[in-house]
Amino acid sequence: MARRTIKVDYLARVEGEGAFKVVVRDGVVRSAELNIFEPPRFFEALLRGRSHDEAPDINARICGICPVAYQMSTVHAMEDAFGVTVDGPLRELRRLLYCGEWIESHALHIYMLHAPDFLGYDGVIDMARDHGHAVRRGLALKKVGNELLSLIGGREIHPINVRVGGFYRAPRRRELEGIEEQLMWARDAALETVKWVAGFDFPPRERDYTFVALRHPHEYPFNEGRIVSNRGLDIPVSQYDQHFEELHVERSTALHSRLRSGESYLVGPLARYALNFDRLSPLAQEAAHEAGLESICTNPYQSIIVRAVEVLYACDEALRIIDAYVEPERAAVTVTARAAKGFGATEAPRGLLYHRYVLAEDGTIAEASIVPPTSQNQASIEDDLASFVGGYLDLDDETLQHRCEQTVRNYDPCISCATHFLRMNIDRS
Amino acid sequence: MAAKINKPRLAVWKFASCDGCQLSLLDCEDELLAVAGALDIAYFPEATRGAVKGRYDLSLVEGSITTRADAARILEVRQRSRALVTIGACATAGGIQALRNFADVREFMSVVYARPEFIDALATSTPIADHVHVDFELRGCPISKRQLIEVISSYLAGRRPVTPGHSVCVECKLASNVCVTVAHGTPCLGPVTQAGCGAICPAYNRGCYGCYGPMETPNATSLTDRLRQLGMDDSAIQRIYRSFNAEAPAFRNQGQRRGS
Ligand code: SF4
Ligand code: SF4
Repeated sequence: MARRTIKVDYLARVEGEGAFKVVVRDGVVRSAELNIFEPPRFFEALLRGRSHDEAPDINARICGICPVAYQMSTVHAMEDAFGVTVDGPLRELRRLLYCGEWIESHALHIYMLHAPDFLGYDGVIDMARDHGHAVRRGLALKKVGNELLSLIGGREIHPINVRVGGFYRAPRRRELEGIEEQLMWARDAALETVKWVAGFDFPPRERDYTFVALRHPHEYPFNEGRIVSNRGLDIPVSQYDQHFEELHVERSTALHSRLRSGESYLVGPLARYALNFDRLSPLAQEAAHEAGLESICTNPYQSIIVRAVEVLYACDEALRIIDAYVEPERAAVTVTARAAKGFGATEAPRGLLYHRYVLAEDGTIAEASIVPPTSQNQASIEDDLASFVGGYLDLDDETLQHRCEQTVRNYDPCISCATHFLRMNIDRS
Repeated sequence: MAAKINKPRLAVWKFASCDGCQLSLLDCEDELLAVAGALDIAYFPEATRGAVKGRYDLSLVEGSITTRADAARILEVRQRSRALVTIGACATAGGIQALRNFADVREFMSVVYARPEFIDALATSTPIADHVHVDFELRGCPISKRQLIEVISSYLAGRRPVTPGHSVCVECKLASNVCVTVAHGTPCLGPVTQAGCGAICPAYNRGCYGCYGPMETPNATSLTDRLRQLGMDDSAIQRIYRSFNAEAPAFRNQGQRRGS
């Protein structure tokens, strides 16, 4: 009986520590598993007893790559609990902050983590030897995202300016104007990025995904909207738990998110794009079409193009927000704590990030529940590995292994985030 | 390739952490290619493929020790490293995950996992220096990029990194920030917190929450009295010290000094 195991013990160029294993027997894929050995940090447990206003800073530390996403889902959930609406310029500033994170995080993934797979390098440093111009463009693009984060958030990793109700300090108009020129450069660079990645070779793989993302009446989604799917789901965020569940897989400690109807689903750029193409700016729509994308893309390898389109949109949106910005009278609205439940979901670069809190009368956290994008995508990643390997069994082990790695990296999995929820594999052998 | 042989070999290791401190290296957009030119980035899985091999001249270690497997792995990292520098509050003080040290870890596990028995987690999260000799500690949650570049360049130049030992208060004065405590009565850990961030929080109208951990000789007792005068109760005082550097001794002591 021919048995073949494709295994990577330490997956490189992902955020966090993970591994995968695919077992093939007699030409049939028997199993495909993504294993996580990132040590757990127990955020949902340590949040209990903390004040609601400490949660944005604590939760940021779940992930150094997308701290704004954690902060945004947190503050929206708290404000939901306290019945507070943050709108006007403060709401716009939150979108602007998120633009910074999308630019930074997507540029990191496109140029430093994912492109080396398509061009055949081990990493960005090797790639820079032959593609210096592109790498420098990627670094500069990423830097603009970081500067936007620093300007509004105080620093790029774990911004200090986000609070329940708004910000500690709102930027002056002239501060925002100071970054306009860089953002215009970034918009051009993003356009070039779309063209650049559109020229890569893509394995012809299409998947019939159930896409899940936020959808807002007027905007490409960051912080607000209903949770929708391409199969008819359309619910307010507060009903997330009624429609999604975390399944406990027998053989391990895995918690796979699934729709209660039993399907696995996909969150992230491909899902957002497919469900919100009509909400992209005209420039982003046009660039997508020119890059050969339809308004729905189901090839996971092409997610790199969709990320580039989203970077372009984020630059465009940031410029729109800055142009229309009117300094708010106060940096935050007043929040009065009460005993309540609060729900929040925002679009992290990697997809829907859901938070739920139960708060005591004085605003102390009694219960916290956090579902990050990577745990929602784990089932899709494994399905993809299994179906990919099945179609390419003629490749030699090394090529196949590399292709499997690339397949996992299509999802930009953030294992640091996912850890609190995923299968733990403590066996490092 | 011949030039590469003589370049010092750099490794970046991860333990329990959020990846933010190692991301700081990739966030040095202007310096990254120069760093890559001066050093051989021999092991840095977040950025590049490549296996653990041989010895490293400089190891940057992110994260704290929270599992038996990691307690063994850090010994191996030490053996393979000529110089070992810890980066960030997780590595230097146990990080936010050290809040378990004040609780029952089994209870923590049962809150998050359906099958806690499968999880390899120690009762405590401890800094790297509790396990192996550390040549230099770089503070912050996250570390500052400027200080990281200073650590790398000082290593290349064969000298000790220069990082200030004074408090965030001094940085506020240097930046001409208005003192948030004096002006607005806002509680602030600046007087006892190690400098390095550039006093970001006060510049954004908020008090420092101590993410760089305690400075060398903090007078935390007198700050705690001040915080009480500003209206913080025991529980709030305990919480302000118990965050990203809760296990750093000076903060741990204040976090425990209740009702005095
Ligand atoms: S010290 Fe802070 S920023 Fe650095 S890895 Fe730990 S949690 Fe992340
Ligand atoms: S002011 Fe304090 S909490 Fe804020 S970034 Fe600096 S050290 Fe960290």
